[in-house]
Amino acid sequence: MNALRNFLDNVKPKFQEGGKFAKFRSTFGAFETFLFTPNETNKCGVHVRDAVDLKRTMIVVVLALMPALFFGMYNTGYQHFRMTGELADVTFWQIFFKGFLAVLPIIVVSYVVGLAIEFASAQMRGHEVNEGFLVSGMLIPLVMPADVPLWMVGVATAFAVIFGKEVYGGTGMNMWNPALLARVFLFFAYPTKMSGETAWYYNYSAEAAVDGFSGATPLAMANAGNYTSFADAFFGLIPGSVGETSAVAILIGAFILLYTGVASWKTMLSVFVGGIAMGWLFNTCADAGWLLDENGVVRENYESVRNLALIPWYNHLVYGGFCFGAVFMATDPVTSARTEGGKFIYGFLIGALAIVIRVLNPGFPEGMMLAILLMNTFAPLIDHFFIQANINRRKKRVTIKA
Amino acid sequence: MSSKKNKEALLTPLGLNNPVTVQVLGICSALAVTAKLMPAIVMGISVTIITALSNVVISCLRKTIPLRIRIIVQLVVVAALVTIVSEILKAFAYDISVQLSVYVGLIITNCILMGRLEAFAMQNEPWPSFLDGIGNGLGYAKILIIVAFFRELFGSGTLFGVNVLNYDCIANAGYVNNGLMLMPPMALIIVACIIWWQRAHNKDLQQK
Repeated sequence: MNALRNFLDNVKPKFQEGGKFAKFRSTFGAFETFLFTPNETNKCGVHVRDAVDLKRTMIVVVLALMPALFFGMYNTGYQHFRMTGELADVTFWQIFFKGFLAVLPIIVVSYVVGLAIEFASAQMRGHEVNEGFLVSGMLIPLVMPADVPLWMVGVATAFAVIFGKEVYGGTGMNMWNPALLARVFLFFAYPTKMSGETAWYYNYSAEAAVDGFSGATPLAMANAGNYTSFADAFFGLIPGSVGETSAVAILIGAFILLYTGVASWKTMLSVFVGGIAMGWLFNTCADAGWLLDENGVVRENYESVRNLALIPWYNHLVYGGFCFGAVFMATDPVTSARTEGGKFIYGFLIGALAIVIRVLNPGFPEGMMLAILLMNTFAPLIDHFFIQANINRRKKRVTIKA
Repeated sequence: MSSKKNKEALLTPLGLNNPVTVQVLGICSALAVTAKLMPAIVMGISVTIITALSNVVISCLRKTIPLRIRIIVQLVVVAALVTIVSEILKAFAYDISVQLSVYVGLIITNCILMGRLEAFAMQNEPWPSFLDGIGNGLGYAKILIIVAFFRELFGSGTLFGVNVLNYDCIANAGYVNNGLMLMPPMALIIVACIIWWQRAHNKDLQQK
């Protein structure tokens, strides 16, 4: 440790004003503060500071993502061997290693592209390098299908960081969650690689797959009226994006986030409440004969909507990206609502809208992504009303009634 | 005939006073017709002709138009010209007029047209008004063509309908056309990039 400290102190002058590498001082600063807690103190005024700064916060989120990441790697390998029909012949470590090889390049590409842009724009503006991308760079691989081409990950990451974040002024100023922006970009730009039956299997090819192999995700299967059981989807050995399949792994992450106080329980809880309420509403409507004609037969062209409406409400919570979105995406402190009351409304609407999009538009199985991005857009509006209500309440208190 | 002022009327709309990127007018049609290059060029030419001619007509009439009903008069002139252009397109370039569909008719509502009539033709002689119309039309066309170039190249892999990127060897390397480029939002993002580039290079355009 001391050697590292001495080395940093030795090269520091070169990066300060007038030094040889003065242009790169924000890069130096980023590494220095990454390795050591800064010991600089304010010289004027009184500031209240928390020991948990941005870097420590981000690290907690990355740690919370680890269970989902490791399970995702295992599941990627598992799904690959399920596709080739070799599941009976491979050991646990072979499965994990296969998944590791599939997911690691995506992580590397996402970090290299994202951090390169982040560092470059910080140098250009003379800002400090912010560490917001540490989390986004880990979230991006977790919301990608395992077989996504790497150049697409690079393009999407660049798009998300430049147009989602840097144009608004960098970390803390972005309107939308950058990781979701990367995913939504790919979803609309290259739909064949982002959805369907084959994108979820690493190195998928028609020759490698066993005869009669079907690779649909639980939501796609529900389209046709086949419902994956709650237990299967909860444990997570099902096809889906890398990190989203296992509710168990995500709940461990949720526990870490809530225990450390990094994420807001209000947002998280109300997303689930919104999802449950809307799922239950659709269940009730479907049970009451919604979309049936007078003979009790499903109306033409509405079969899949009715099948989706019949997904039991508790299954909605573990299918697709609902859990992952609720725990890691909706709670993003930058893009979510910031007023305490607003968080309830923000979260509730995310959960409810996600189910609405899922059920009413079978073409968009991933309603969670769109719901979160939509509510990201409206979060400032929700905050505005809550702040205004508070101001009005206080104003009333001070006016003297004549 | 080609005084400094006239030159300015013709040339500034192409750069520092571009109707799309600086005044941010005519965005709606820039989104709608730029998925392919050919319709974008035809649209650019149509708008150029209509802006120039309506500028001349209004400029000739500017002293006789009662101020209170000037918008109606302007609309009648523009509507007449748009109808003529639309009929000509239907007669001589039917396929493109089908692709442009309602957007030729909607040139009537193009903010650039009304903007130039109000801001320039009502106060200036016919000749400078003509140049101003040509300049603004070309400035609009220029942005449309840039946007359409990127959208067609990366969205469909073609230029003017001629295959550029759709070859087996490129597809085998893993390249896929970007579907988002064919959607209107991407036109906005490309226009935004042009604006970004332009403001970064011109200190005068940066807001304090």
